[in-house]
Amino acid sequence: MSTLVQSPQTQQSKNYLNADHGWKSWLFTTDHKRIALLYLISITFFFFIGGFFAVMMRLELLTPRGDLVQADTYNKFFTMHGIMMIFFFLIPSIPATLGNFLIPIMIGARDLAFPKINLLSWYIYIVGGLFALGALLAGGVDTGWTFYTPFSTLYSNSYVMAAALGVFISGFSSILTGLNFVVTIHKMRAPGMTWGRMPLFVWSHYATAIIQILGTPVIAITILLVAAERVFHIGVFDPNVGGDPILFQHLFWFYSHPAVYIMILPGMGVISEVIPCFSRKGIFGYWAIALSSIGIAVLGFLVWGHHLFTTGQSMYAGFVFSALSFLVAVPSAIKVFNWIATMYKGSVSFETPMLYAFGFIGLFTIGGLTGLILATTAADIHVQDTYFVVAHFHYVMVGGMVMAYMGGLHFWWPKMTGRMYPEGWAKISALIVFVGFNLTFFPQFILGYLGMPRRYHAYAEEFQVYNVMSSAGASVLAVGYLLPMIYFIWSLKYGERAPANPWNAAGLEWMIPSPPPTFNFDTIPVVTWEAYNYHEPDAPEVEVGH
Amino acid sequence: MATETHVIAHGPELRHHFEQPEQQYESATLGMWVFLATEIMFFGGLFAAYTIYRTAYPDAFASSSQYMDVIIGGFNTAVLICSSLTMALGVRSAQLGQRKPLILFLIATMLLGCVFLGIKGYEYHHKWVEHLVPGFNWNYPIPQYSHHAQILFFLYFVMTGMHAVHMIIGEGILLTLVVMAYRGRFTERYFTPVEITGLYWHFVDIVWIFLFPMLYLIGKHKLL
Amino acid sequence: MTHHVHPVKMYVSVFLALIAMTATTVIVAEIDLGALNVVMALSIAIVKALLVVLFFMHVKDSSRLIQLFVVAGFFWMAIMFGLTFNDYLTRSWTMLGHWWTSN
Repeated sequence: MSTLVQSPQTQQSKNYLNADHGWKSWLFTTDHKRIALLYLISITFFFFIGGFFAVMMRLELLTPRGDLVQADTYNKFFTMHGIMMIFFFLIPSIPATLGNFLIPIMIGARDLAFPKINLLSWYIYIVGGLFALGALLAGGVDTGWTFYTPFSTLYSNSYVMAAALGVFISGFSSILTGLNFVVTIHKMRAPGMTWGRMPLFVWSHYATAIIQILGTPVIAITILLVAAERVFHIGVFDPNVGGDPILFQHLFWFYSHPAVYIMILPGMGVISEVIPCFSRKGIFGYWAIALSSIGIAVLGFLVWGHHLFTTGQSMYAGFVFSALSFLVAVPSAIKVFNWIATMYKGSVSFETPMLYAFGFIGLFTIGGLTGLILATTAADIHVQDTYFVVAHFHYVMVGGMVMAYMGGLHFWWPKMTGRMYPEGWAKISALIVFVGFNLTFFPQFILGYLGMPRRYHAYAEEFQVYNVMSSAGASVLAVGYLLPMIYFIWSLKYGERAPANPWNAAGLEWMIPSPPPTFNFDTIPVVTWEAYNYHEPDAPEVEVGH
Repeated sequence: MATETHVIAHGPELRHHFEQPEQQYESATLGMWVFLATEIMFFGGLFAAYTIYRTAYPDAFASSSQYMDVIIGGFNTAVLICSSLTMALGVRSAQLGQRKPLILFLIATMLLGCVFLGIKGYEYHHKWVEHLVPGFNWNYPIPQYSHHAQILFFLYFVMTGMHAVHMIIGEGILLTLVVMAYRGRFTERYFTPVEITGLYWHFVDIVWIFLFPMLYLIGKHKLL
Repeated sequence: MTHHVHPVKMYVSVFLALIAMTATTVIVAEIDLGALNVVMALSIAIVKALLVVLFFMHVKDSSRLIQLFVVAGFFWMAIMFGLTFNDYLTRSWTMLGHWWTSN
């Protein structure tokens, strides 16, 4: 029985949302779709905590003098902002929500390879989050999210241990998610779903999973060493007794650099799904995009020393890392060219997901290009530890990843909830986010170039104009993020009921009902068509059940 | 509503999201190897730190090496290798559906592991008695090397300690397997938990295969 | 499921080889070979690890996929070692000097 045409009444029959009721059915679920929603709620919570600290920082920075809070308090603001946003929002974001929800469906499976480990990874994430919250409520951490030694090990009087433990614990959540994805993608693909027919969203999550698996353990051991030094006062990183703070930085950034690719690859996966759909055209350069994802994951492990250019690494090592950092820009650029080529001579429409995709392409490109400036050792000496760096990484992480996350949420919202969001409000919000974002962060490039250092609560008078612009932009950006919160929740009750395929998109997820049934497919599909078959006006009817 | 799932004869161990027992087995094995890859990176960080400091402070390293007892360490290495043998033979018994030998080999592995941990405990106690435990009662006999030796000893304790933690977890898992085997949960068609526990146990052995020379053997003579 | 069941003899042979190599590495360590001590100890350890991986862990009979993951794990650790040492070993190549000889 084909499910391509679905009447609203039958949608209300059994789906994963109403299959079971009660808090136990949610907290003890092993359904990847429910776990995805558990993550969605939790990461949104941490996003708002991180956002709160951002607001506090921008308020302080409205005036040149440090008059809102003490320097120590401000240090705690940027530390908590970083820890919350990176470890508890961005790193899980797309993989744990959209990835968890979609990957099994996209490859024609009933669930991930290890559903119980999936649930365990959420609980581990929550425990880690509680430790971090505990550190916050007890009085905060002031070391910066980077925990540099010997300040974090010897001199900081803040709750370093609790925060570090929170990060350590949440790392296991990330590892388990990555492990689950890798095994799932290798072993759970439906018959006919070859590697070359997988959606690029899946490829990007495979690449992300590689990084999660191979990188996270190193920050785990690094945090343990910091904790041990803090507790036992051994000088592993203490220069007074022969320890080397640079060793900490090597071990820390060995993970934390690849981590930024964890924080962009899934977003690129979303873009690779959205653009073909709203260009009504198959993706251009499928293999280029697929393999460049793997390329980014691999090359991303070879460049961490560019965070150590100015801190004491040898000049020769700096040279090597600089060259490698230039190399890693290549696969990213390949993707951007392929996305644009996809749109060329396509039939482009501007639904909200596509608006976010456009935003992504422009802003990620700016962020990426400024990364090249930072990879140039000579230029880096000037802008390292200034607002230039801050602007760079916010362009890629917020202008890139968060935009992709918003675009993906909008694109798959009908599938996950069975409801359409209000398109008018969504378009307005996308525009507000774009304007707010650029107003917040573009002035920071200028500030950095002019010499304003980061992580200071006070600054020289001549920087005030740009700081005010930045803070104004932040308030606009906040509105842009609040509106979707409101209309998404509104849509759950009042949104128009969504058909199985509201966008007429290609992909297995659009061939099953919205919302999907608990086990996704009654019969595992046999895939005989290529991915992104937008050129076939009559997409094959597939018995995928219900 | 016709369901066309081909029904394969399988026991209750086949989870519903898998189509074939073989798929479930291969997933479990791949999953364990992915996990072991994370362990390689985890211990790798410690190995890197240790190698860097020992290269930087060859004199302190040569000095501190004399406190490592090669005979005890070598014997412990042999004990662990024995336990790998019993573990491998245990997996083999499981492959053949031989319940009693499986249980015996698992218990033998556990016992050998306990011997290893016991000897390790004795070594730790010895270090304690000699005031060589950083952060607790550190008092190095040669003051000029004290700082650097302290870093090296600290890493010794962290590395062997982490290894011991992994062994203790392994003991717990082995105990669980013994109980499961006793209750007849394993057959020649389904013994996946035994196999992947074997992988874990062998990996812990491999870590020690590298720890032993690094910590006990190569500091005996001063480096060039 | 078809799994190749190896004879007990194979496992015992590997075991004996491992014990023999352990004894060898201990004996060789007693002799002062200078820098060669490290090379010998490490080489023997690598061979031992290889035996455990290939035979005890059945990687010799495993799929290409598993073999790839095994290699990848060790390769990644090598990346971490290699590029970190790229810094430490070249510190003296510049005017910055040896940080470890300053006290």
